[in-house]
Amino acid sequence: MRREAPKSVADYTPLFFPALMLIVFFVVPFSTMIAVSFFKRNPSGFYTPDFVLDNYARFLSVFFGGVLGFSLMLAVLVAVCCVCIAFPFTYLLTRRPRRAQTLWLVGLLSVLSLSEVIIGFAWSTLFSRTAGITNLFVAIGLMDKPVALLPTFGAVLTGMVYQALPYTILVLYPALVRLDPTLLEAARTLGASPIRAFFNVVAPALRNTIVATLIMVFVFALGSYLLPQILGRPQHWTLSVLITDQAIYQSNMPFAAAMAVFLVLISLALVGLTLLVGRRENAL
Amino acid sequence: MSGLDINSITKKFGNFAAVDNVQLNVPHGTFVCLLGPSGCGKTTLLRMIAGLEEPTSGEIVLDGEDITPRPTHKRDLGMVFQSLALFPHLSVGDNIAYALRIRGASKEEQKKRVDELLSLIHLTGFADRPVAKLSGGQRQRVAIARALALSPKLFLLDEPLSALDAKLREAMQVELRQLQQRLGITTIVVTHDQREAMTMADLVVVMGHGKILQAAPPIEIYRKPADAFVADFIGITNLLPAEIDSTGRTTILGTAIPGLTMPAGQTKASVSVRPEDVHLGSPGGSAITGEVSFVRDLGGTIETFVDVGGTSIIAVTTPRERHDVPVGAKVGVTLPPASCVVLGA
Repeated sequence: MRREAPKSVADYTPLFFPALMLIVFFVVPFSTMIAVSFFKRNPSGFYTPDFVLDNYARFLSVFFGGVLGFSLMLAVLVAVCCVCIAFPFTYLLTRRPRRAQTLWLVGLLSVLSLSEVIIGFAWSTLFSRTAGITNLFVAIGLMDKPVALLPTFGAVLTGMVYQALPYTILVLYPALVRLDPTLLEAARTLGASPIRAFFNVVAPALRNTIVATLIMVFVFALGSYLLPQILGRPQHWTLSVLITDQAIYQSNMPFAAAMAVFLVLISLALVGLTLLVGRRENAL
Repeated sequence: MSGLDINSITKKFGNFAAVDNVQLNVPHGTFVCLLGPSGCGKTTLLRMIAGLEEPTSGEIVLDGEDITPRPTHKRDLGMVFQSLALFPHLSVGDNIAYALRIRGASKEEQKKRVDELLSLIHLTGFADRPVAKLSGGQRQRVAIARALALSPKLFLLDEPLSALDAKLREAMQVELRQLQQRLGITTIVVTHDQREAMTMADLVVVMGHGKILQAAPPIEIYRKPADAFVADFIGITNLLPAEIDSTGRTTILGTAIPGLTMPAGQTKASVSVRPEDVHLGSPGGSAITGEVSFVRDLGGTIETFVDVGGTSIIAVTTPRERHDVPVGAKVGVTLPPASCVVLGA
């Protein structure tokens, strides 16, 4: 389909509304945050307009570096786990009868309606010593006595994967439904076993979808700040937790803003890097 | 024992028999067309031969060996799908080399075979092109080359040309037939296009409702259709009711056809007459009298529709032998008894 390039200002009118929304709800608040990150903190009050780099300098310490590294690692791990679980699941789901697919999707959507708080407390009960799943393991003879599975890193990871999984499946579903099933059959007639055909044909044909899903879950997981607090120890707290702590409990808005800006920049850099690597592989 | 034997194959989906007790022998090197309307079970039969569908009962024997329990990837066959199913993330060369790569062939071997196949399909130098950059006919050929990469014993094609436009389709039919003859490979094509079947096949298998209605060389199917369904499906035909009247003569539409005999003990039957066998002349005599209701002048041939008491008879003539019969004219239709095929029931 060929489209004519817009010629006059009037041709751009459809863009006005989204542009306005973007400015009011994204550009203005984000610019304010960047500005605040250079302000000076006023311990007795809030902050005073200024231009200092103290907030960024304070961030460049081993402690905050470690927290940033942990946050990124956690988000990457959640993204990888989600795609590894969701991809085969969604693939098998799309091969089911239409009715079964609808039921599963409705079920997944209902999980989306749960808030982060409910998910957090549900898992904290499930992982507890007194009422948790280890009691079940004891009952069927797998364990000697019930133990507490939290606060641990595993508990944080489980909770976050659980929370992000429905999104992952819903993003993968349309692409997998559209996938031509004869691609797999063609690979089989050419001598590939079903599993080999899946990895040789289905996965590469959907590479772009997989990369996009990884990025989406990564960004989603980066913003999580409740689950690490409910299910983890302080060393499992993410940068988002610290930003909230600084902004709300320490009233150090400039430092919180600086951390937020830093987090955004690092995530953007990582996403860009992923896309760049993807493009280079495509060119080969 | 060389060739493909299909022994009482049945495939049921629930209570519905998509393929119903089919028996077929395909000698080595034969080009077979499975022909039939949609839903007649031809694709299901092909998919069972490929191993993509499991038969409910029966067996498939290739060169004396029962291959029914073997999974698809262990059967020695190449298949072209209706959607072609070219791998979108691979280049033309990598698509063709896929089967060789699975078998662990060296890079040089792969390249050598890809070059061979590309020259076979007249696409030399296309190895590095992405599949998306090809035209419909080129993709078609790449799919064929990919299926032939390992020189399989069986070459299966599921409606391979249906996505092409009419001209290109006719050209590809000829090309496919010539390729098959050069390679001498046993080939089975599923199609609903009888022209395609007539062009390519050594053996046409007409299917309907999961059963084989007739399996014969194309010209025999055309000249001696087994029943009304086959006669109607292959080309255009006039299906006319014939009966024996009180004086013992065989009549069609009330006019006696001398020389036409009915099977013993039968008083009524359907008769198939091809339009090119119908002669138009002046009314009267032993001819059936009718009125011309429509004339389709296609330049090369002329189709004349004659209405005889509510039944339409089509006659096809070339402009050279055609008498000038305008719409509304009374004509006499002569049906040569030798060209009338009396159909069972």
